[in-house]
Amino acid sequence: MAPRDTISAAIRAATERGRPALVGFMTAGFPSRAKFGVNLAAVSKACDVVEIGVPFTDPMADGATIQRASFAALADGVTLPWILETLRDASPRGPAPVILMSYLNPLLAYGLERLPRAAAAAGVAGFIVPDLPFEESGDLAQALDREGLALVQMVTPVTPAERLAKLCAAAQGFVYAVTMTGTTGKSAAVPADVLAYMDRVKRVSPVPVCAGFGIRSREQVALFAGHVDGVIVGSALVEALERGDDPGAYLKSLR
Amino acid sequence: MNTRAGGTAAAFARYPDAKGRYGKFGGRYVPETLVAALDRLQAGVERYLPSADFQAEYALELKTWVGRPTALTYARTLSKRWGAEVWLKREDLAHTGAHKINNAVGQILLAKRLGAKRIIAETGAGQHGVASAAAAARLAMPCVVYMGAVDVERQAPNVGRMKLLGATVVPVTGGDATLRAAIDEALRDWVSDPESTYYALGSAVGPHPYPYLVRELQAVIGREARAQMLELAGALPDVAVACVGGGSNAIGLFHPFLDDAGVRLLGIEAGGRGPGLGDNAASLTAGTPGVLQGSYTLILQDAFGQVRETHSVSAGLDYSGVGPEHAFLMASGRVRYEAATDDEALDALSECAKCEGILPAIESAHAFAGARRYAALNPGARILVGCSGRGDKDMPILQRTVLKATA
Repeated sequence: MAPRDTISAAIRAATERGRPALVGFMTAGFPSRAKFGVNLAAVSKACDVVEIGVPFTDPMADGATIQRASFAALADGVTLPWILETLRDASPRGPAPVILMSYLNPLLAYGLERLPRAAAAAGVAGFIVPDLPFEESGDLAQALDREGLALVQMVTPVTPAERLAKLCAAAQGFVYAVTMTGTTGKSAAVPADVLAYMDRVKRVSPVPVCAGFGIRSREQVALFAGHVDGVIVGSALVEALERGDDPGAYLKSLR
Repeated sequence: MNTRAGGTAAAFARYPDAKGRYGKFGGRYVPETLVAALDRLQAGVERYLPSADFQAEYALELKTWVGRPTALTYARTLSKRWGAEVWLKREDLAHTGAHKINNAVGQILLAKRLGAKRIIAETGAGQHGVASAAAAARLAMPCVVYMGAVDVERQAPNVGRMKLLGATVVPVTGGDATLRAAIDEALRDWVSDPESTYYALGSAVGPHPYPYLVRELQAVIGREARAQMLELAGALPDVAVACVGGGSNAIGLFHPFLDDAGVRLLGIEAGGRGPGLGDNAASLTAGTPGVLQGSYTLILQDAFGQVRETHSVSAGLDYSGVGPEHAFLMASGRVRYEAATDDEALDALSECAKCEGILPAIESAHAFAGARRYAALNPGARILVGCSGRGDKDMPILQRTVLKATA
């Protein structure tokens, strides 16, 4: 199985057990580099897919929590090479497939030639790049394809229908359906029109659909459950890790 | 069409291409949420900018509210001192004190046609913030300005002006707390309300179509200057010199001269304290290619692609990136870029003030420093200097630097 297919498989395995898949997001090396391995193992055990954030100086799609975590991780010396090395050597890393969330520039600096092999060697199954729209994604998608890695596509409530079909047709791993217009972390209301939008995405997507941005509570997860295959929990999990709470217990409380 | 890079009309007129590229630079690197908003903006630019209705209203505002055309001044004393023929394009005389108003008025007129309900803007030195606040007041639109906390402090007079003009000023404490952080925060605001908010970006940076839109609105500087040179000097300049931060006044001055093969173009970046990474804001002369805030361009970054903080005595040039068209013009060889240090700029500012009775902005003073250097190497040259703004806003920092030294 190509690495990218392990992502869809893990999400489908959850839905086949009758529950929405959980994608847990954590900023690499936050709240400390020393605890990254332990936290990763705990999150991996409680999630179906783990999304690891590569910190960046200009996280324009992120709200206050992930900005704070990014700046702290950078100040602590977290880099993409460190993340890949740590993932490669982590054992046990836990069962869930790992995807990296990174803004484009750290990936360009690493080098699109080198990146796919190093990521595959580190056990990374795919990438989410929030400042890389479909039209600009050709070079990275082609590079990742060489190692069978996914480039996860994001769609939003303001993505027009024709474009939605185009993005979903190119989707790999899962479609990341952003719940709202806004940055990460704000608590998302789940009005009927958001669920209707999730239904539209689900209808056209050949791969599983996960809803993300602002998901913090069991109630929200329950509302999305019948409409998508999974949910992404980011800022709320980062805050739990920041407080020193047990990430596994927090994630279990969501479903 | 001539496809060779060089000084021919066809070579430069075809940029940006359909994907917003200037050669390999430019493009549109934004979250998916903004793609539809940028598509609408681009459609609006294509539909309204060339329209007779827009052009008439824009021209009338520029003439009767901004005070255009701005003067072209022969700098008698500087000419004598430098052994050159020095002409100044006086954007410092434009309403609100800098070239920024040309872009702000144009974009807010466009925003109204696009049905926007509110204007957001970022600002570094405060000039684009003041220009946006003024234009929004004039055109009856609410306006929110994001400004780095460091800049709020060092450009205090402009913060008060924005408030008097009815804008809400939001200090940004994240990141570097200067222009770059202000742009990040404005983008976050726009992502939250892409349908009824209009983001009036202040420089020729960011995702397509902003670099193109800002250039088109600022090109009035170069068009006027070119005609005025022919009228008053009787010839085109040998060289046109402008300061470059994001690069809006420079692209506005340069663009109408790109096809004049006999006119050299010289952009002057902020050399800050010197050449070390973090000591300057010279993205073109010291940067490497990367993606920052929507555009593939030259940026100041470390080996891991993290964007570095910059230093310049001038808040308006204190930015880690630069407009993609400048990166392209440098690569093509059409425009030469150099840096001037803080000290060189402050020295040039003092000289201009004393010799010509004109107090330029510290940003603009970088162009004077570059022009003086050019004159030393090219005796007798006919030099056009873009005086992009006035220095009144810089009094707090001039008190601590130039005036302290001479006290």
